[in-house]
Amino acid sequence: MSHGHHDHDHPHEPVTNAGEPPAAVRVRALEELLVEKGVLEREDIRRRIDWLVSRTPADGARLVARAWVDPAFKRRLLADAREAALEAGLNPGPSPVVVALENTEQVHHMVVCTLCSCYPKSLLGPPPDWYKSLPYRSRAVSDPRGVLDEFGVELGDDVEVRVVDSTADIRYLVVPRRPEGTAALGEEELAAIVTRDSMIGVAVPVAPA
Amino acid sequence: MSLPLGTTVRVSARQDERHHRTPGYLKGRRGRIERAHGRFRNPETRAYGGDGLPEQELYLVSFDLPGGDRVLADVFEHWLEAAE
Repeated sequence: MSHGHHDHDHPHEPVTNAGEPPAAVRVRALEELLVEKGVLEREDIRRRIDWLVSRTPADGARLVARAWVDPAFKRRLLADAREAALEAGLNPGPSPVVVALENTEQVHHMVVCTLCSCYPKSLLGPPPDWYKSLPYRSRAVSDPRGVLDEFGVELGDDVEVRVVDSTADIRYLVVPRRPEGTAALGEEELAAIVTRDSMIGVAVPVAPA
Repeated sequence: MSLPLGTTVRVSARQDERHHRTPGYLKGRRGRIERAHGRFRNPETRAYGGDGLPEQELYLVSFDLPGGDRVLADVFEHWLEAAE
């Protein structure tokens, strides 16, 4: 099928499957064109999707747990998270700069991308749907405490909330606070309590019961 | 040119119908340079098949919210203006 030469002055069959969102239709049309023009092969797209969905928050959780038990590693993680991920044998992804932000008693970070859905996919896997939703993207920067409250995170007035809007090439990973009552846990057990949402900054890890 | 940490800046309020990555809610707002990320290709030409060169300085800039909280966002230097 070629669309190279004709004017669009005649009706096309609708390209949509019933109920398919317009964005999905547009993406499939783009994929068709890119393949047709030889820019991409279907295999490239499939490999890329396979890689993306093979990533999970377990990678990010490993970095956080190691930072909790190893102060020197934590310093390296906060100084250059990309290098620290490589050191831990992880793939930090294509972003040239990955920044880890440490939550403390005084400061709570949460991450958003108001422009689209930039996210440290290599370390956390695909972003959750709510991260890409307009309500989260708009309210995170106007009413962060309201959003945190809905996620069940209550912060004192003495804690400064820093909402980090990843508007460009940098990817941000939150290093949540290590909960009380976890002194006896090893690195692997600690990694198990570091949730995806806590590394976005909309949840706090909880010690196992 | 690069801006020292702590510099007070204002995000340009200019409108631009073409692709750019300066969010509207920050346009015209005063902020402070928190971190210099280095130089990155310009998304405004990359979006149209260009090479994004010359690279532009990218900064993490902080903006005050009511109640002592803050928003921090990455803004390219060519969107930042001197603030009094």
